[in-house]
Amino acid sequence: MHRSVTSWAVLALGLALSGAASADPVDDKLVVETDDGAIEFVTSAPAPDHIKDKMAVIYSGWLYREDETRDLQRDDFDNPGMVFVDRGLDTWNKALGKNGESCMGCHQGPETMAGLRAVTPRVDEKTGALMTVENYIDLCVTERMGLEAWGWTGDKMKDIVALISMQSRGMAVNVAIDGAAAPFWEKGKEIYYTRYGQLEMACASCHEQYQGKMIRADHLSQGQINGFPAYRLKDSGILTAQQRFVGCVRDTRAETFKPNSDEFKALELYVASRGNGLTVEGVSVRH
Amino acid sequence: MTLSRREALWLALSGLAVAMPGASLAATVEELTSAFTGGAAAGTGGITLTTPEIAENGNTVPVEVDAPGAVAIMLLASGNPEPAVATFTFGPAAGSQRAATRIRLAKTQDVIAMARMADGSIVQAQATVKVTIGGCGG
Amino acid sequence: MADDAKPRVKVPKSAAAGEVVTIKALISHKMESGQRKDAEGNLIPRSIINRFTCELNGVNVVDVAIDPAVSTNPYFEFDARVDAAGEFKFTWYDDDGSVYEDTKPIEVA
Ligand code: HEC
Ligand code: HEC
Repeated sequence: MHRSVTSWAVLALGLALSGAASADPVDDKLVVETDDGAIEFVTSAPAPDHIKDKMAVIYSGWLYREDETRDLQRDDFDNPGMVFVDRGLDTWNKALGKNGESCMGCHQGPETMAGLRAVTPRVDEKTGALMTVENYIDLCVTERMGLEAWGWTGDKMKDIVALISMQSRGMAVNVAIDGAAAPFWEKGKEIYYTRYGQLEMACASCHEQYQGKMIRADHLSQGQINGFPAYRLKDSGILTAQQRFVGCVRDTRAETFKPNSDEFKALELYVASRGNGLTVEGVSVRH
Repeated sequence: MTLSRREALWLALSGLAVAMPGASLAATVEELTSAFTGGAAAGTGGITLTTPEIAENGNTVPVEVDAPGAVAIMLLASGNPEPAVATFTFGPAAGSQRAATRIRLAKTQDVIAMARMADGSIVQAQATVKVTIGGCGG
Repeated sequence: MADDAKPRVKVPKSAAAGEVVTIKALISHKMESGQRKDAEGNLIPRSIINRFTCELNGVNVVDVAIDPAVSTNPYFEFDARVDAAGEFKFTWYDDDGSVYEDTKPIEVA
């Protein structure tokens, strides 16, 4: 009984996808008006070597969205995500620590974080641990400020992730995949190609094989994370890369890993590496 | 049998938002219109309503309305359980009688804009917005 | 909610006398419509910004009556005619009685 439901589901999705219309990413250029002038973004680039056999060009998810959604990202004022960045800056400046420490007190302005988002997740040289931006923040919050952990997808955490990501906008994603990062990267890659759930779908099924197709009203992108954290219209809030993964895995009707699990951290590194060469957009706007 | 299974799958896949329950107290389009117009019949022309043809997400649909010379402009979403959206009243320091905002649309429907002119006359424009059920990913 | 509400306003720094300038105003607010249910199936009470006004040197530019169909983090764009230098004042009125304000100066060149 169970089995027959599964096969129906797979069949239905397969049919729907293979019969579905296919559309190229739009031919458009992303220039964002900011308080400090215009920033130009690289939304398509030659694929990094490690996926050259799968695709020639990598594209930002921005190119797959409708005109109105894309337009919201062209001007910081129109981008609803910026209120969360502002809120993040308030948190950054506030003396929240047990002994009155603030992020600003130790780090000065958030601009000292420039470049970090483009190279994370990365392996910390001293500890050998794989570190996301969230992991760094968590270390400071719990160990250097003596606070309770903020939670991986709580508002405070996401506001600050958004603020830190903004400092790398327009920089090319360039995560390391060799050396100490290699075992994490291999693990992430394995997850990316593993079929999960009743639908027996892997990340690669949708974002590599069926990229460009319409899945219902959704134009399937390559599932890149250079745009993250993103302001998602559906949630009217900030969504981190790993929160996005949760949603995608749920769509295959599988049990999902949790944000900050070893699995999702490794996956974040691997997915980031598929976008090496695109520019950091976060905070982007998605539907 | 096959079909219903497939439909069920699509529903599950699309993470279809729970339909908004109807609010019993909501004023209807007719009630809102007669309150705004005072019973005057609406003409056309002199008012421009700009909306996307297709909205990727009904949560945030950009709309813009421009009615040169208007005293006030009312926006309605005819297919929402509560059709009232917003009413703009322009003051002496207004530089135009144009306003843009972002609105929620529960489903595919007509958005209606109505402007009251200085002489009390009413003009109206409307536009259909197709709300797609995008938003794969829970 | 009062803690979270954060206004953002975009106004040019200066204008020529009589010039029409475009203003964008937004405030972070969840705009709870009063139509959604929580996990237990209870209706979440309505909590929205129900009115927004903009004045230039005390003279009204626009006054907006807002219903729950306006999106989270309500956004408005409109035009003002600047006859003299001075100050724009923006006011948001919350269902809970809170009032949020922001001001922006404008020069006339
Ligand atoms: C008591 C001082 C202190 C406070 C307070 C503090 N940090 Fe840190 N933070 C550090 C130190 C020390 C490092 C490690 C620097 C290194 O290893 O080079 C660090 C590293 C980081 C990093 C990684 C930076 C990089 O380039 O590797 C991030 C991100 C960060 N902190 C964010 C925050 C945030 C957000 C807050 C406020 C919530 C905060 N920190 C508060 C001292 C502090
Ligand atoms: C059943 C098909 C499906 C599967 C399987 C799937 N996704 Fe997605 N994913 C989507 C759809 C649909 C979207 C929204 C449209 C888009 O951006 O592609 C999306 C969006 C994304 C995005 C956002 C891209 C952007 O720029 O906004 C990321 C990142 C992503 N997926 C990653 C993953 C990862 C990682 C996996 C595997 C754990 C995965 N997806 C599995 C369907 C799928």
